Amino acid sequence: MIDLQGYGPRLLQGAWVTIELGLLSLLLSIILGLLTATAKMSRSWIAHRLGTLYTTLIRGVPDLVLMMLLFFGGQIGVNMITDWLYYQFDIDIFININEFVAGVVTIGLIFGAYMGETFRGAFLAVDSGQIEAARAYGMSESLMFRRIRFPQMMRHALPGLSNNWMVLLKTTALVSVIGLTDMVRVAEEATKATHEPFTFLIPVAVIYLLIASVSEWGFARLQKRYNVGFGES
Amino acid sequence: MEQLNTWFTQLLADNEIFTAQTIGYYAHGLANTAQLVLLSLLIGLMLAVPLAIGRSSSRPWVKWPIFLYTYVFRGTPLLIQLYIIYYGVVFVDGIQDTWLWLILEKPFYPALIAFTLNTAAYTTEIFRGAIKATPRGEIEAARAYGMSQAKMLRRIVLPSAFRRALPAYGNEVIFMLHASAIASVVTIMDLTGAARFVYARFYAPFDAFLFVAAIYLCLTFGILYLFRYLEKRLLAHLKPQT
Repeated sequence: MIDLQGYGPRLLQGAWVTIELGLLSLLLSIILGLLTATAKMSRSWIAHRLGTLYTTLIRGVPDLVLMMLLFFGGQIGVNMITDWLYYQFDIDIFININEFVAGVVTIGLIFGAYMGETFRGAFLAVDSGQIEAARAYGMSESLMFRRIRFPQMMRHALPGLSNNWMVLLKTTALVSVIGLTDMVRVAEEATKATHEPFTFLIPVAVIYLLIASVSEWGFARLQKRYNVGFGES
Repeated sequence: MEQLNTWFTQLLADNEIFTAQTIGYYAHGLANTAQLVLLSLLIGLMLAVPLAIGRSSSRPWVKWPIFLYTYVFRGTPLLIQLYIIYYGVVFVDGIQDTWLWLILEKPFYPALIAFTLNTAAYTTEIFRGAIKATPRGEIEAARAYGMSQAKMLRRIVLPSAFRRALPAYGNEVIFMLHASAIASVVTIMDLTGAARFVYARFYAPFDAFLFVAAIYLCLTFGILYLFRYLEKRLLAHLKPQT
């Protein structure tokens, strides 16, 4: 086995941070993506414009720049709001943004834009006859969403979703730059301390490949599930 | 020019952060980012074409090593690849005594190598997909004309594959522009590096990062419109007929 010089446990902790961060921001990005897709498909002019503005702006700026803007600017912004609240209404609150929350929010916000595009395409791909049939059964909008739109949309969305997840997973590496101790940061610190870059960086690369391979397998199973009734597997 | 200069000075007169000096940092950063992105895309493209042809080959000893390369480089974060190359070159035995060290000493070249290998892996897969999508009839027709394998690649398969790959390659170019922001992590003064410097100096995150975000946004739109124009020119025959 390779000698990790006592950095093994910290590296594993870092890997756990990476996985947690990835899954939580995935969840946030899916929620934001569904909202964005709904906004972009809505008949309301304002909602449509807002959705388009969000996806265009986010997708035109590098992840790292957005992350730094939200992380370094976020605290100042929050302080400005709380200061204002204090002067105006004498409400004294202090909110401290920690790195983990900033990471989840930033990554979720970035990938919400990509998910929005994926979901919009998938919702539009659902056969309109299905929607009409649901209406004819007298289903309410929410029931129709739960039973008809969502399950059938997922079949079209899964390839894009899996793609986004793979990119998201790799993007989590960037949080090491803003000071969150994920496995990349542990490996970098270990490299600087021991002058052995390959001992630490290559295992981290292997862990990323492992997570990617496991998710690929998971997505293949999900795809099979949502393809039930469509003949192709 | 003189007028422009005075106009510029007046414009910045009562601005504490965006002085001519900091604007200079951003301009310098823009030049670095453009160099890094253009060079890595160019070299990456030159590597990717033969690799994609090899990846589409039926010989396993050609196909599988290339697959492994693209799998590893597409499956791991660019930041890790950059660290491995940036920190790794220092520890190659005896490299500090050779002429190579003169080049590798600066962070620019390790970053260029990492970006090139990364974009080459993605571009290889894009081209492989495009080559695979060549209509069978075209290949059969080329064979019927008695074309050799090389001639068929040069005249039939590659030209049409390039065109089919264009939209996906445009995305890759934008992706590379955005990915290049991490060059600032290894002390390169690229656009993001300039923004980080201005942020650290004035503690003004909004000014520093929003300004750089706007520059990136403009660059992204520029690339987007360039590729849309190219697609219109080169893919005209694929447009729905009216």
